[in-house]
Amino acid sequence: MTPRLPAPPPRAWSTWLLLAALIALVAASFATLPLQFGELFTAEAWSTTREFLGGFAPPETATPFLTKTGYAALETLSMSALGTLLAVIAGLALAVPAAGRFGAAPRALVRGLLNVLRAVPELVWASLMLVAAGLGPFGGTLALAFHTSGVLGRLFGDALENAEPLPQQTLITNGAAPLPAFFYATLQQTLPQMLSYTLYRWENNIRAAAVLGVVGAGGLGQMLKYHLSLFQMQDAASVIIAMLALVALVDAISFVLRRSLTR
Amino acid sequence: MRPCPCRTKRRPGWPWAPASSAARSVSATLSLSPQRLAPPDPAWRRRINACVVFLVLLWPMLVFSEFKPWILFDSQSLAASGRFLAGFLHPVLGREFLGIVLVNTWQTVAIASAGLALAMLGAIPATLIVTERLSISRLGRGRMRPAAALVRHSVRSLLVLLRSVPELVWALLFVRVIGLGPTAGVLAIALTYSGMLGKVYAEILESSSAHGTDTLLANGSGRIAAFLFGALPESASELVSYTVYRWECAIRGSAVMGFVGAGGLGQRMDEATRNMAGGEVATILIVFVLLVALADLVSKLLRRRLG
Amino acid sequence: MAVPTYRLEQLTVRHPGAAAGAAPALDAIDLVVAQGEQLAVIGPSGAGKTSLLATLSCTRAPDMGRLQVFGADPWTLGETARHQLRARQCLAPQTPPLPPRQRVVTAVLAARLPQWSVWQALVSLVKPSDPQAAFEALQRFGLGDKLYARVDRLSGGERQRCGLARLLLSDAEVFLVDEPLSALDPTLSQLTIASLQQEAAARNATLVCSLHQVEVARASFSRIVGLRAGRIVFDLPREQVTDTMIAALYQNEAFDAPLPVPHETPARLAVGACF
Repeated sequence: MTPRLPAPPPRAWSTWLLLAALIALVAASFATLPLQFGELFTAEAWSTTREFLGGFAPPETATPFLTKTGYAALETLSMSALGTLLAVIAGLALAVPAAGRFGAAPRALVRGLLNVLRAVPELVWASLMLVAAGLGPFGGTLALAFHTSGVLGRLFGDALENAEPLPQQTLITNGAAPLPAFFYATLQQTLPQMLSYTLYRWENNIRAAAVLGVVGAGGLGQMLKYHLSLFQMQDAASVIIAMLALVALVDAISFVLRRSLTR
Repeated sequence: MRPCPCRTKRRPGWPWAPASSAARSVSATLSLSPQRLAPPDPAWRRRINACVVFLVLLWPMLVFSEFKPWILFDSQSLAASGRFLAGFLHPVLGREFLGIVLVNTWQTVAIASAGLALAMLGAIPATLIVTERLSISRLGRGRMRPAAALVRHSVRSLLVLLRSVPELVWALLFVRVIGLGPTAGVLAIALTYSGMLGKVYAEILESSSAHGTDTLLANGSGRIAAFLFGALPESASELVSYTVYRWECAIRGSAVMGFVGAGGLGQRMDEATRNMAGGEVATILIVFVLLVALADLVSKLLRRRLG
Repeated sequence: MAVPTYRLEQLTVRHPGAAAGAAPALDAIDLVVAQGEQLAVIGPSGAGKTSLLATLSCTRAPDMGRLQVFGADPWTLGETARHQLRARQCLAPQTPPLPPRQRVVTAVLAARLPQWSVWQALVSLVKPSDPQAAFEALQRFGLGDKLYARVDRLSGGERQRCGLARLLLSDAEVFLVDEPLSALDPTLSQLTIASLQQEAAARNATLVCSLHQVEVARASFSRIVGLRAGRIVFDLPREQVTDTMIAALYQNEAFDAPLPVPHETPARLAVGACF
């Protein structure tokens, strides 16, 4: 008797449905948005764009302007660093209940709070903080602190939950109080990972801080919006270059610190 | 197991007394530091230095960022925040306003999806060009032709440039050229995310095993075929997972772009905050948090199914 | 008569999370240990040696029978009093409980945590408060030059001895040691046991040591307790322990390995699985 070819295994229809839904989503997006791509490709649009791009070169390099840009860059850098620092303190404080150290109900509550904190983007936080803190970088620092503490709180909480329990348990078995045992055992284990997360978030926060100025939180973003609104393209070009340089600098510092502190 | 070397010296009964002299002699031979005093702590000086550096850097940071927490509590600020927060207690739930908010929510999702679709259109060819995995000139010789290396390098630099400029800056620029509206947002997301997706796709492809692709290329298949049959099956789930995660990020990004006039929830929130309409801001915030939670859920579902 | 350190009467302890009919970890144990005694607990794997030490260190509550630690039943006391009892004992588990990236000096000084306030503990994290004492304790195990080394840069045997050096720095009246010699060669084993016993005798501390190395147990300890399947098979001075008794204790050491699960092909394929 000749062996029959085995039937191919059936494919899950639900996955096809999911793919179809995705394609429908993309198609509907293009259809419902009032997009003006057609206008992008007219000759008029080309010449406007060429004129616009041409206005950027050469970037402004007069010394007083560069000094102002330098100050704005330092403002942005301080905003991002201080905001990240505050977020580390708040995140650590929230991570302990989020890791379930005080029970299941506080864990759920704090995790919900952390989700809300990180769901709201930094720019939205900034526009809210400006009501209380007024224009300037202070509101930006607070906005970064609030958003990043949600992110770091969740990451730190997960790290604490996944830490090896034996060292802390042994210290408590031998009569130590829970808080010092936590510092000596669990925190010690998770410290390199937490440092790594913090430095990654700082890289992210310098980008966020650069644009927070668009809503009035000072720094390079505020300068950029100001010069663009006055159509001072060359000044705007310098500010964008300063932003790129600042981001590259922070990326480099973060890389070096991560390598040396978590070896 | 060897019998204990000190057994012959031991007297029966209490084991510790003779063992201690044996232990001391063994300890003397084993201990590599016969000194009596503990050496100084090598980390103490480093810790003091780190502390000093930190304090020296902290002061200018506080000055430059105008860190004055007490202004949060002065009467003017408290009054303004109080009024604003009081509005939060009565989120506007009227049908008309909710309708506007829902339309804008859909617009935000649409901007993100359309932008990401365009980004993939740009990123996929860029990935195929950039990944060294598909280099035919590299086979056997270990190094690719200079022309090929140049092409790869320049596309890689373009991706880095696209990625480095924050998407809000792109949005600002596009709003100037094209005018207000969602087109600026879609283009800004498309450009930034094609840079991000291109880079990460290449990294994912490069981190997987090269054996399948190398063998296919060695046996004479074309690049695209080698990609589809060699590299893609292995990395498919990770690629999909990352794309879905970026879609979730794009939703948050496009909501924010409304602040520069690119449409969506952000624009409504900007208007509401300018008018100090606490109730409207509260409604939009709630809708926004729900949207992000929903996107998170859908993203997890998709990643589990397609990954 | 002085209060014995431990008095166990018909003590039964179940495995945590075990089903009702499952075999208990410790089954009707009777044991009395006087202060200052040194005894070795031997037995095959799974006999209950670790469970016995966990019960003695007041971290596992017994299900049946009587347990008295320093004359009091720890599980009828309040939480604070029980924790104070725990501070009077020091347990050294089989796997060294040392965080990988911690320095040896901090890991070993953590033995003093029960006596320190929270502030003292935090200060010692940054600047170790008594490196000299840590150094002397480490020297007794041959590890003096590793004082400022990182725990994860030590070998397995060195880590184990660091865990034991903690015992020397605590001010416990009881040392509970779980398999201290598993990563050590015979010479180091002798040194380690000798240091432990020396310290215990100097403080008149009780030493309960579970061992796999039967010869070391018979050579170093005056009282041997044999455990098998949760029951005490013998509890005798070392002179009365014969080779026959040891052989009977360890017979049928091999356990049944679980059957391998045959590889299953999935019933349905997801889209990404193949083209």
